[in-house]
Amino acid sequence: MAPVATPFFFYLFAAIMVIGGVMVITRKNPVHSALALIVALLAQASIYLMLYAPFVAGVQIILYAGGIMVLFLFVIMLVSIDRSIRERQFNSQWVVGLIAATALGGLLIAVYTKGTNIFPEHALSVVENDNTQQVATMLYGQYMFPFEIASLLLLVAIIGAVVMAKKRI
Amino acid sequence: MESILHITTLHYLVLGAALFLLGVIGVLTRRNVVIVLMSIELILNAVNLNLVAFSRMWGGLHGQIFAIFIITDAAAEAAVGLGILIAFFRNKETVNIDEVNLLKW
Amino acid sequence: MRAIIQYIQSYLGSDQTPGAAGNMFWALVYIMVVFAGLSVAVIAMNWLERKILAHMQVRLGPMRVGPHGLLQPIADAIKLLLKEDIMPSEADGFVFWMAPFIVVLAAFTVFVVVPFGPTHAITDMNIGILFMLGVSSLSVLGIVMAGWASNSHYPLIGALRSSAQMVSYEVAMGLAVVSAILMTSLNAEGTGTLSMIGIVQAQQAQGEWFIFKFFPLGLIAFFIFAVAMVAETNRAPFDLAEAESELTAGFHTEYSGFRWSLFFLAEYSAMIAVSSIAVTLWLGGWLRPFPNFLSGATWDRAFSLFPGVVFLLFAAMCFYNAVRMPKHPLFRIQTIGLAGFGVVLGLIGLVLFVPAVSLRVQDIFWFSAKIAGFMYLYIWYRGTFPRYRFDQLMQMGWKVLLPLGLGVLILTATVALLQQRIWHP
Repeated sequence: MAPVATPFFFYLFAAIMVIGGVMVITRKNPVHSALALIVALLAQASIYLMLYAPFVAGVQIILYAGGIMVLFLFVIMLVSIDRSIRERQFNSQWVVGLIAATALGGLLIAVYTKGTNIFPEHALSVVENDNTQQVATMLYGQYMFPFEIASLLLLVAIIGAVVMAKKRI
Repeated sequence: MESILHITTLHYLVLGAALFLLGVIGVLTRRNVVIVLMSIELILNAVNLNLVAFSRMWGGLHGQIFAIFIITDAAAEAAVGLGILIAFFRNKETVNIDEVNLLKW
Repeated sequence: MRAIIQYIQSYLGSDQTPGAAGNMFWALVYIMVVFAGLSVAVIAMNWLERKILAHMQVRLGPMRVGPHGLLQPIADAIKLLLKEDIMPSEADGFVFWMAPFIVVLAAFTVFVVVPFGPTHAITDMNIGILFMLGVSSLSVLGIVMAGWASNSHYPLIGALRSSAQMVSYEVAMGLAVVSAILMTSLNAEGTGTLSMIGIVQAQQAQGEWFIFKFFPLGLIAFFIFAVAMVAETNRAPFDLAEAESELTAGFHTEYSGFRWSLFFLAEYSAMIAVSSIAVTLWLGGWLRPFPNFLSGATWDRAFSLFPGVVFLLFAAMCFYNAVRMPKHPLFRIQTIGLAGFGVVLGLIGLVLFVPAVSLRVQDIFWFSAKIAGFMYLYIWYRGTFPRYRFDQLMQMGWKVLLPLGLGVLILTATVALLQQRIWHP
């Protein structure tokens, strides 16, 4: 089935993502930031669907929106935010930060405008129907070792988080 | 007009770049640790978007696999980062990143 | 005009879901039918829960509004819609306003992939079960938002409890689901599927519901899921998030009127959603009972009579109760109404005996009947089990269900591998 109205949905989700990103870095209240980030992440999951990556989209929803962001909200509720809302929101080097970011943006713009021949238009359509099966084959075949390392990383992260956050072990 | 209506890989890359810049600005300028961590998530997502776009461009799935690994990594990072944040808040009663300066001399 | 009619008709002969066939019109029709059916189911659940709970406690339950309180949910709905919508002055306005909608959206969006029959689903996704688990886990965000935005102690504690509970039980739930998905890969190609329709078709091809597969492994996985899904929907005995005696009403203490009713709607449709996951994964989805040893055309015919018989039984129940109504003039309207309801149910039952209709509808009937069984279980739990303490709840999730789920997953994989390598090389 051919995708319907691709440009419209692309610009819609892109706008949602950019607005969400701006809200994340400008809101005073971290809860509002987190909600904006959730909206941006869900829009990004839709963009993944447009890129024929349904499995990554599913993982994005279940892990990012349903897992990591819940963790963020949980921690925001545990630490009291009343004081930090009343404080200054941006640090003293914000001018330097903005300049650095602008320089980086300029670099990216230069790359994307000058280097059109580095990014040829390939846009091959990956077969959508068995994307999950193909991802599984690669994940448990070619990428077996990185996969195991990722699970080790998660184990280390669990232990680290418990050691950090618990008062007495 | 043609370049606006016909969505190519470059469009996704520009979107990723915009998100990346927003994340960088957030990390460099905000004082609240929670929002700094969220900006890092933005940066990781921008990278993911680029990877998936490239994966579509070349017709392989390697980019998607890397995106999955990065999501795993982001989960680990968020867990450890928020654990540190809680430990820090317990000791200093603040979430201001400017006050994380015990090692400064 | 002709083109439109042709577009509408072109789907009728298809053996795909409207989403897969790309037919907008029928997709919209299915969305509306599912939405309407869900609303009716929630209303019916409201009445049934009060009635069944009351009878379990040797009470009568609602009796006044309509015959046997049949119109009580409608009266409740009108009351809730007319109530004042209060927002606490210290609340965070936008988040407070948003939270119920997110919960409802998460609870309803899930039904996009629920397979009521081989073609009766809005669409079939390649990542179906992943989508269901992911989107239904989004409702925890709405709960956290509601609890935080109320800016009050009880809702905040309720939201913290609820989110901790949901996140913990999601792990055990995921493990149980994975062990069921593993069973779908026991075919010639050796590749499984995440699509909801594909999972039921795998059970059809293997001639066995996954609850009986590798006995008792499938049964244990189902048991883990059945416990986790009660915790996931915050129902008794795991309803700590809204424990009346401790937290008044948990995360929705400060909500009233329409917004409160949205939470109510979301809770019940989430119950239906997780039950439909359980039915799809372990109880054979739309397949009729005993597909393997009561097989053959005669049994197919016999089982296709079931939907009609059930509706006729409901109709008979209505008539029986109409006859038993008090013979007082005040009750005349109610008696006539009950008899009329019985006539409607009986007519539906008679229509279901028409072979052409019953052939199309019986999938939906079996699916709904299995879900109804789960709904009864939910009410039964609420009527009989005492509430857990929070540390007991966490212990149950992390120290019992999680190791059990891991063990079942490993054993299932081992047995599946042995079956493929040794018994059927």
